[in-house]
Amino acid sequence: MTALSRWWQDPRRRPRGLQAITIGYLVWSLLPVLIAVVFSFNAGRSRTLWQGFSFRWYWGDPERSVWHDATMHTALTHTLLLGVVATAITVPLGVAFALGLDRWRGRIPEGANIVMLFSFVIPETLLAVALLFVVTQLATPLTLGTSAQVAGLVTFQLSYPVIIVRARLMTIGKQYEQAAIDLGASPMAAIRRVLLPMLMPAIFASAVLVFADVIDDFVIVRYLSGDASTEPTSVKIYNTARAAPTPALNALASLMLLASFLAVIVGLLAYRRLRRGEKDVSSIESFAGGL
Amino acid sequence: MSAPPATDPAVREQPAAPAVRERRPRSRFLWPALALPGAIWLALLFVAPLYVVLAIVFGGVDPIFRTPVPVWNPVDWNTAQFSDVFRHIVGDDGYFGPALLRTAVYVLSASALCLLIAYPVAYYVARYGGRWRKLVLALLIAPFWISYMMRMLAWVNLLQNDGLVNRSLRLGGLGPLAVDWLDGRGFVVILGLVYGYVPYMILPLYVGLDRLPANVLEAARDLGAGRVATFRRVTLRLSMPAVIAALLLTCLPMLGDYFTSDLLSGSPRTAMVGNLINTTVLTPGQTGQAGAFVLLVLVVALVPMLLYVRSARSEGLSS
Repeated sequence: MTALSRWWQDPRRRPRGLQAITIGYLVWSLLPVLIAVVFSFNAGRSRTLWQGFSFRWYWGDPERSVWHDATMHTALTHTLLLGVVATAITVPLGVAFALGLDRWRGRIPEGANIVMLFSFVIPETLLAVALLFVVTQLATPLTLGTSAQVAGLVTFQLSYPVIIVRARLMTIGKQYEQAAIDLGASPMAAIRRVLLPMLMPAIFASAVLVFADVIDDFVIVRYLSGDASTEPTSVKIYNTARAAPTPALNALASLMLLASFLAVIVGLLAYRRLRRGEKDVSSIESFAGGL
Repeated sequence: MSAPPATDPAVREQPAAPAVRERRPRSRFLWPALALPGAIWLALLFVAPLYVVLAIVFGGVDPIFRTPVPVWNPVDWNTAQFSDVFRHIVGDDGYFGPALLRTAVYVLSASALCLLIAYPVAYYVARYGGRWRKLVLALLIAPFWISYMMRMLAWVNLLQNDGLVNRSLRLGGLGPLAVDWLDGRGFVVILGLVYGYVPYMILPLYVGLDRLPANVLEAARDLGAGRVATFRRVTLRLSMPAVIAALLLTCLPMLGDYFTSDLLSGSPRTAMVGNLINTTVLTPGQTGQAGAFVLLVLVVALVPMLLYVRSARSEGLSS
């Protein structure tokens, strides 16, 4: 056995090659974005040549900065509006849907479950075009703009809370709810006072996920946008990325990035807090198991 | 299923049964009442719109205004628009054919490259993550929270003529070499797709690889299998469901992608089927064509979508 093959066979050998691939991947996946963020603080017009640090493209420039350029301003606020409204509709609808699908037996819920899974994996472009046809060809209450965008986003995002909540329901099991009903709670009260508090971490996680996904959405919001006033940031980036933009575009994108990360951090902290209460739950669990 | 033993006597106990039966009628309507709003939403805004696509593709076109005239009754469906599109795909003047072929090549090669990157990364983090695992996982998830457009914008910045890539090539002694990266180059679009969709692949792979039972891997080694043999005959086989799920989750959105090609090339030379949809959907008189492309992609995507739905359902039933 040569030294080389002994080295190759050594079970405790550190996987240097894999490590290199992982580090290389992380650098490749994050560095371009980091560079784009850095250049949003450029003092000059270039997005590739560093000309000094400034907040010019955030608010300094009286015309083209995010703060003063009305179109960027509108894009930003419209994106956040869509994020809040779509999340506020999607999460309750999805949680109720998940509870119903999980407990209602029969063909209708079975079919609804399959449709829900299809809506999770359908290429977004197809759904966006189909909804565009509905809005433009049929007389519906939806009009191009905010209402159609929200309807489309809720449809596309509905599967997230359903899948997350159902996974959690599966680990919770039915015994807590059964115990509450045996102790005299009505089914509705059992859901409200036992099941929902236990589902809170999952509900919160899906809300953060939906919000972050909605503010990053591009395909649905672009097709269903009415005029320039309902074009969110992703569409603004798409429209100007190849048309000699200023670093203000980088600044706009960086602000969206900030919004996403704030949502995630708030979500993570709240999730931890909610899970902390769960210590009681796990002790109940071990208590029940030990009986 | 782990029903705690404590509940067993309660179930067997007779007196409890009537009380439960008494409450049945109230909860019988509760679950449907909870499920119906979501089900109706999906029926109205997911299933019905897909039918509208069919009604438009197999409908007619107003001769004067060039607006689509949907036909709702399947008996009266007219296949003229669809066969017209179909002729332009395979026939003599099949100018849609190359874009469809290109979509297949791009999606397949981008998915293969994604897997080539994602598998080693997911494997390393799952097996050797150690004390860095949480940080690395956070960094792996980070691209999820960064909008796709921003990530493409980052590459547009780097790849434009006076971008950092060309500049560092020049510094590297390659002289006045200025490559026009964003001028309709297929491999740039493929790399853009890989960059855009690889995070969606790493996560399901990581979950699958993390769940692999360590004792099976140890057993393989104890029984004399080397590193390569253990990987090939145990790890790879056991992780196959995760690989397939990850491939499905990246392939499907790529099928409708048009913005990657638009931003990183903008040339018809790299147009994918998504670009065909995008250019026809907003052109008056071509709405039916756009619908036909949507239908085409839907038919192609149906098999992977069914595979995903089946695996998701069996997973839900077994656990």
